[in-house]
Amino acid sequence: MTDTTTQTAATALPFNEAVPGAVTEVAKNGLVVAADRLLDLTTYLRDQQGYDYLSMVTSVDWPQYFEVVYYLYQVGSPVHDAETRRRQAAETDLAVSPGRPGAPSPAPMVLRVRLPDKANPVVPALTSIWPGADLQEREVYDMMGIRFAGHPNLRRILLWDGFEGWPLRKDYRETYYEEDAKPFKSRHPDGQHAWAEDHVPWKDNVTYPVGWDPDLFTQPEVQYRRIMGVDEGSNGSGLRTERVLVNFGPQHPSTHGVFRMVLAIEGENVVGLEPEIGYLHRCHEKIGERNTYIMNIPFTDRLDYIASMSNNFGYVLAVEQLMGLQVPERADYIRVIMAELTRVISHFIAVGFLFNDLGAYFTPALYGLRERELILDLFEAASGSRMMCNYMRFGGVAYDLPAGWVERAKDLVWNRLPRMMENFEKLMAGNEIFLTRCQGVGVLTAAEATAYSMAGPMLRASGVPFDLRKAAPYSVYDRFDFDVCSRPEGDVWARFRVRMDEVYQSIRILKQALEGLPEGPILPGKKQYQFRAPAGEAYGRVEGPKGELGFYIVSDGKANPYRYHVRAPTFINLTSLEKMCIGHKVADAVVILGAVDIVLGEVDR
Amino acid sequence: MFGTGVLKGLGVTLKEFVGTYVDDIKKIPSRYAGGRKELDQSQASAQTGIFTVQYPEERRKLSERFRYIPMLVYDAETGENRCTACGICAKVCPPQCIWIVRAKDERGKPLTRPAEFQIDTTICMNCGLCAEFCPFDAIKMDHDYEIAARQRMPYLVFDLQKLRVPTTYYARIRPTDWAEEEAARRAKEAAKAAKDAEKAAQAATAGPGSQTAQEQPVGTAPGAAAAGETIAAPSRPRPTPEEVERLKAEAAARRAAKAAQGGENK
Repeated sequence: MTDTTTQTAATALPFNEAVPGAVTEVAKNGLVVAADRLLDLTTYLRDQQGYDYLSMVTSVDWPQYFEVVYYLYQVGSPVHDAETRRRQAAETDLAVSPGRPGAPSPAPMVLRVRLPDKANPVVPALTSIWPGADLQEREVYDMMGIRFAGHPNLRRILLWDGFEGWPLRKDYRETYYEEDAKPFKSRHPDGQHAWAEDHVPWKDNVTYPVGWDPDLFTQPEVQYRRIMGVDEGSNGSGLRTERVLVNFGPQHPSTHGVFRMVLAIEGENVVGLEPEIGYLHRCHEKIGERNTYIMNIPFTDRLDYIASMSNNFGYVLAVEQLMGLQVPERADYIRVIMAELTRVISHFIAVGFLFNDLGAYFTPALYGLRERELILDLFEAASGSRMMCNYMRFGGVAYDLPAGWVERAKDLVWNRLPRMMENFEKLMAGNEIFLTRCQGVGVLTAAEATAYSMAGPMLRASGVPFDLRKAAPYSVYDRFDFDVCSRPEGDVWARFRVRMDEVYQSIRILKQALEGLPEGPILPGKKQYQFRAPAGEAYGRVEGPKGELGFYIVSDGKANPYRYHVRAPTFINLTSLEKMCIGHKVADAVVILGAVDIVLGEVDR
Repeated sequence: MFGTGVLKGLGVTLKEFVGTYVDDIKKIPSRYAGGRKELDQSQASAQTGIFTVQYPEERRKLSERFRYIPMLVYDAETGENRCTACGICAKVCPPQCIWIVRAKDERGKPLTRPAEFQIDTTICMNCGLCAEFCPFDAIKMDHDYEIAARQRMPYLVFDLQKLRVPTTYYARIRPTDWAEEEAARRAKEAAKAAKDAEKAAQAATAGPGSQTAQEQPVGTAPGAAAAGETIAAPSRPRPTPEEVERLKAEAAARRAAKAAQGGENK
């Protein structure tokens, strides 16, 4: 992968003629941009250079400065658009929408803005250029304390309003802090048994602001002024329905976890929406920075707990990139098999629970879960655990497949899954109630989906056939013959259809991979539990079942990552939730959310 | 015609509904008769009908690699722990839920066995990394997932006594791993015996001083050298205490030689 290639092609500073003074330095990974010219440069890159997709925004706390890192992609190049148009014309008679033939997308453009003023770091918000930056910039603000000038709704997102401190800064110490990095020295050879209960928060390493009294503290109330239209004064006069604020969740069966939608409604029409997340937040990234590299693998299982194998995959790819490890062929094949089985599971659950939200109470969901059982049994046989697989290692996989595993998997892929897909098609795809509820609901056009940084089936259902397995093939995906599934409609039905079609494609890949599974080693060398990664940074990205899952790792040469960031697809997919829901009824908001297919373990991290 | 899609879907559910009964009738006597048993669900395409397992009357047949809470393996013949308190498991544990106190003799010199070994199972995330990286095959993942207790303390903090299981139990729950490890151990012992014979032949000619230095590069496996923690080569179980004493003396000699050599063989 070419994620971290140095942008040295340009002779002088790149883009200096178009946007003078914007790029100040060509760094090892990406271009260093002056904060005051960031908007000009990104506008230019979007409009003139085709970098139309803001994939990731994150930040790094360096000793001298804060650095905000942007990853830009080209996804909607004219080639794709032409093909989308062609497909739109021929769309009616296609059972499985064909994808674009594997055209690799250019390497991502990495922009870095350095903010030397550590007391008051401010950077212009990109929400005016890419609305998809909204939640990500709020996350950076929440975790690192970097303010985004011009952001319409800059407040805490994962943590609660009123939280003190910026957790991902290097000087932040969490409650029950022991040491900066694991392994903790207290465990061996003179093991101290430390109970969490012994650390009374009032006594230990919890720092409160001067003069702060927990008894007098009241959490600041969020006013939701934006969605309530208070600032515009739109609800003041005339004969109108009163605008009401409705909390949907966090305890609600249709939110797929502890997720709260704050809906502003007039009558039954949604006029504003804000996702409230963070109920499951455990600061995965801070934990990751305390951990050694290998300790992070089981933690990634707990991100999107439906698709733990995919999470492992993305993380080990990033670390392998950092270490320059070569993966044996057999291990690569095993990884692809596992990742595709995971995709099948995830799509079954997504589709099944979408029907759940529509009122087909649990039948399709349970049929999906039933097939998942068989795949989970395969995972258990190979890795030892059904959900928290912890199966991949740097350079390969943890264990070789047990005897008889391939036969079981083949039986499943050849005999069972196609039959079940047939059943699913009969059960769901033609259901008139489903079609009426889903077609034309929650529409995102291709341009909107790109601007909102949608990923995975969400993006492809809007007619943008961008799939990392084709656009930037990782592992051995370039050896397999499969299509990128895409639909031009951009509504909930298209998202359902894309997921169903992707299962067929996954079965295709699985057949090829299981047939071609080579013999050989599964690890390049001996397993190591402790090592130092060379200083540098890496971005490992995979096409997870829910979209682009990226792991951004900065190493300073120690045994622990200096910075560890997860580009969580479902978190970023939530950015467009308001856009999709406005104008629909509350009942449709439920369906639209169901079609986003969020997993709160990943959203909240 | 409007509604055909719904009817088709209902046809699928009807078929599944009937299928569960057919499935049940086929299994005579009923699967619910006869009390506790393990259900093997790994039938993939043949599996139809009811998927649910009526726990606790029935339970799933666990795959061999199933992992839950670590256990410490001791030699069933001698009762001796395989664990040498090297601490690799405590270092690799992601949630840091393993605490080890290394035993010391009366002069305060550390011994290669644990005095205390505790795992807080309320923190353990069952990742299996401790078992994966244990160079002595001493810590393994258990199959017993029924550890519910009424109180967290002290029932869910497992100490050495609670963690200990005999090798026979380990061989029973993980026969494949056991067979592989035993084969590797036998191969290693055979190699060692051959080396010992060679060494004895050499010792007859050379003086005792050069003996340890010659043995050194072969004696420490590359992984053990990288770990820097291993004391004795993984050749357990040892039947006699004299043998153990001899191994310890050898290890001490190796360490001294290593210290003299510096980081040369890293």
